[in-house]
Amino acid sequence: MRIGVVTFPGSLDDHDARRAVRVAGGEPVSLWHGDDSLRDVDAVVLPGGFSYGDYLRAGAIARFAPVMSALVPAAQSGLPVLGICNGFQILCESHMLPGAMIQNDHRTFICRDQRLRVENATTAWTSDFQRGDEITIVLKNQDGQYVADRRTLDELEGEGRVAFRYVVEGPRALDDDKYDPFAGRNPNGSYRDIAGITNERGNVVGLMPHPEHAIERGYGPSLDGLRFFTSVLKSVVNL
Amino acid sequence: MTKNNLDTVGDAGTTPDVQQPWAELGLKADEYGRIREILGRRPTSAELAMYSVMWSEHCSYKSSKVHLSTFGENTTEEMKEKLLVGIGENAGVVDIGDGWAVTFKVESHNHPSYVEPYQGAATGVGGIVRDIMSMGARPIAVMDPLRFGALDHPDTLRVLPGVVAGIGGYGNCLGLPNIGGEVVFDSCYQGNPLVNALSVGKMRIEDIHLAKASGVGNKVVLFGARTGGDGIGGVSVLASETFHADGPAKRPAVQVGDPFAEKVLIECCLDLYAAQVVDGIQDLGGAGLSCATSELASNGDGGMRVWLDRVPLRDASLLAEEILMSESQERMMAVVEPARLQEFMAIAQGWDVEATVVGEVTDGNNLEVFWAGELIVDVPPRSVAHDGPVYHRPMHRPAYLDALQASVPDDLARPSDGAGLSVALLALMASPNLCDKSWITNQYDRYVMGNTALSMPDDAGVVRVDERTGRGVAISTDCNSRYAKLDPFAGAQLALAEAYRNVATAGAVPLAISDCLNFGSPEDPGVMWQFAEAVRGIAQGCRTLGIPVTGGNVSLYNQTGDVAIHPTPVVAVLGVMDDVARRTPSGWTTSGQVIYLLGSTADEFGGSAWTQVAHGHLGGMPPRVDLEGERRLGEILISASREGLVDAAHDLSEGGLAVALSEACLRNGVGARIWLDEVCERDGVDVFTLLFSESAGRAIVAVQPAEQVRFTDLCTTGGFAHACIGVVDDQAAALDVQGRFTLPLVDLRAAYTRTLPAIFASR
Repeated sequence: MRIGVVTFPGSLDDHDARRAVRVAGGEPVSLWHGDDSLRDVDAVVLPGGFSYGDYLRAGAIARFAPVMSALVPAAQSGLPVLGICNGFQILCESHMLPGAMIQNDHRTFICRDQRLRVENATTAWTSDFQRGDEITIVLKNQDGQYVADRRTLDELEGEGRVAFRYVVEGPRALDDDKYDPFAGRNPNGSYRDIAGITNERGNVVGLMPHPEHAIERGYGPSLDGLRFFTSVLKSVVNL
Repeated sequence: MTKNNLDTVGDAGTTPDVQQPWAELGLKADEYGRIREILGRRPTSAELAMYSVMWSEHCSYKSSKVHLSTFGENTTEEMKEKLLVGIGENAGVVDIGDGWAVTFKVESHNHPSYVEPYQGAATGVGGIVRDIMSMGARPIAVMDPLRFGALDHPDTLRVLPGVVAGIGGYGNCLGLPNIGGEVVFDSCYQGNPLVNALSVGKMRIEDIHLAKASGVGNKVVLFGARTGGDGIGGVSVLASETFHADGPAKRPAVQVGDPFAEKVLIECCLDLYAAQVVDGIQDLGGAGLSCATSELASNGDGGMRVWLDRVPLRDASLLAEEILMSESQERMMAVVEPARLQEFMAIAQGWDVEATVVGEVTDGNNLEVFWAGELIVDVPPRSVAHDGPVYHRPMHRPAYLDALQASVPDDLARPSDGAGLSVALLALMASPNLCDKSWITNQYDRYVMGNTALSMPDDAGVVRVDERTGRGVAISTDCNSRYAKLDPFAGAQLALAEAYRNVATAGAVPLAISDCLNFGSPEDPGVMWQFAEAVRGIAQGCRTLGIPVTGGNVSLYNQTGDVAIHPTPVVAVLGVMDDVARRTPSGWTTSGQVIYLLGSTADEFGGSAWTQVAHGHLGGMPPRVDLEGERRLGEILISASREGLVDAAHDLSEGGLAVALSEACLRNGVGARIWLDEVCERDGVDVFTLLFSESAGRAIVAVQPAEQVRFTDLCTTGGFAHACIGVVDDQAAALDVQGRFTLPLVDLRAAYTRTLPAIFASR
């Protein structure tokens, strides 16, 4: 199974995504932003980072990279695509997924081990999970607040397209106790605690947290991230 | 001056009496005289600009040089065994085995970060990373030792969030994990916060690159960002002058960073190295082109000719002098053979990195710079880069020191009953210097690259170098400047000892150190004495421990008016592990494991956290240093880790045993039952002293029950004091010091975590 990982100038977690593919048993293939060929890969990961410095707006410039002109039609034909963090931002900017990401509501970068609940275990990238599973992977972003209008949010909920939600710790009440700055709220202000979503077909998934940093014992909070990649390897076999 | 205000070498010969602004550029009268002597004429304005920045304190080390030679004098042949590149290059390089080399260095960006916290701190990260790149290495991690004024001072609220956001904003975007560092608050840093930045990089031994320009006809290529008007004279105006409250605004001298440009530059450089098209390389940092051209030429075997009008500019109105002094970020300079130039340019273009041939290596002796066809610089490069002034500054032991050392903490009221002890512990855990720093460290990406095996708040940052074998490095930076204020020699050795101990606690074998020596004004004989004492302390300490100083940085003039900061010699120790997956973390994990205290405790409260928090007191002598003992403790910790005997280990430092036990409990939310009476009796101290004294050379470890015999044998063989003081207990959810007090972990955690968010979190 050949899984492509796109490198844009400013991509940071591309090496990590390739490692995750390899650890899961796939063959990682490097794809270059300036190349409009997908090199016959079976799936594509848009990795985390700050493509083109995220100047203008996160993902806004990457959307126009030559590689995207090949990726968008391929995804429309069913090619599995996973956007992680900056990759999720790029998927939203290129309208492959609805909604947008704005700056975290607390306006600082946040890096933490984050609990998520799997809400949809039928996509190409989540089939190795059970709906309702709670997993812990790494969250790290500056612009991670998922926003969309109410109609879009209702549609996503109604169609089961919310793939992951942040698990909110503690009671949902604001008080003066600053014991845990994230008690009672999600870590970036995302609407309806949404951490990741999928398209209608279930082949395109985007999420803010980083599964590729939870694949090896001793180098991350868990091994939960591996199942994203084993999921797609199985779904590619089943295509 | 003639022709378009150009001051050429010819003009300098014919108009010897022109008044020149050497004083405004930070030069002293005798330094200006020496420049005239070297050149046999007055300098041109461009030459004056170059000398002024390169002879600044920051670039020339003119006050510290005579003392820094102590490092070399104390480095034995045996210590050099693993040292591939030593002091004097952009960064030292150490052999870590299996053909791998690592390079690391810690540097200061103190003054810019006070003027403009975000950009000052951001470009501090950018600068140290370019130093690492210029050795031929891929940067693999950063760390930031930070010091601010009192937590509740209004200016701390201005400086700290900007510094933290700058470090995060730059480092995160660069894709380098931030794996540790320090955050210290003390009113002595009120007007002079310290922003030190460390970076570590890896390479194969055969890939080491050096900053030298050799080979007549070789091309000098400037690549990366364009040159702009930012940071002009940053070196001389900022880093080498004391702040005055009523002085002019100095913002224009701070550089502005573009981390995206640097990330692309890293990847571009690594591709250039892999293609072997680079003969010599130098980063552009402090003193910009003046530094890069003169250092490359000085280290090479010929001269260099540079056509300054070829330098791509962001601002076309810049003067030649400004171009030479500009500290625009994200620029590198390479020396390339003509036959490889085309390939070099193609690789740079692939990354959209602008690269321009601005000069070439000549068979002459001088560095010649042309502007509009006229020769405006014609100097021996060594006289600019390496033969700057050397000062033997007067120094003497400060008069206040006797009274300070006599003000022993023995008479301060000490708690004795359980309630008093637990109140003292909670106060320490909530204190600015010991509280949870995650509000800060959570703004740094510690996971990128996927090789981080340990990061803050563990004792050392640990990253994997070789993905196949797991071979990797551990680094810790430390300094308790309160100790150094009381006794700079002992304080520097204690900083060294703590960093060494932290690296060993993680299970790594210490190999080398880098240091960032932050002090007040060298023109104050008392400060100069502190500096000399600290350097002597580190140099002799390294000799005892058998690890060399590989390089570092000196930051002087950290003072406002007459008030200098505490002497702050930050020491970074780097160690190696065969497989970092076996590293020892600092927190308890498993119920039933047996807790041992290594080392013995004496009544040593001089400079301690307890005297600061409970009494606002600083006086007496710092804890006794025993580096031979530290070495033996290190050997035990490393062997125990290698043989898989311990699941957790934590060093004892500020706040002593009580704070170390609390931190080990809170790391994973796992409690412990502790008994101390036997150790009190053995060491002849009361329980308060055992809990809060800061005697050096101590650590706590959690030993698997089945391995106790092997572990205690290890200690006995090493001749090291050890005692069983408790067990890990995940049911209790408390730190239970039997017969004294029981503190629920929720209470400890509340005290520990509230302090910083209460001040900085916007909610």
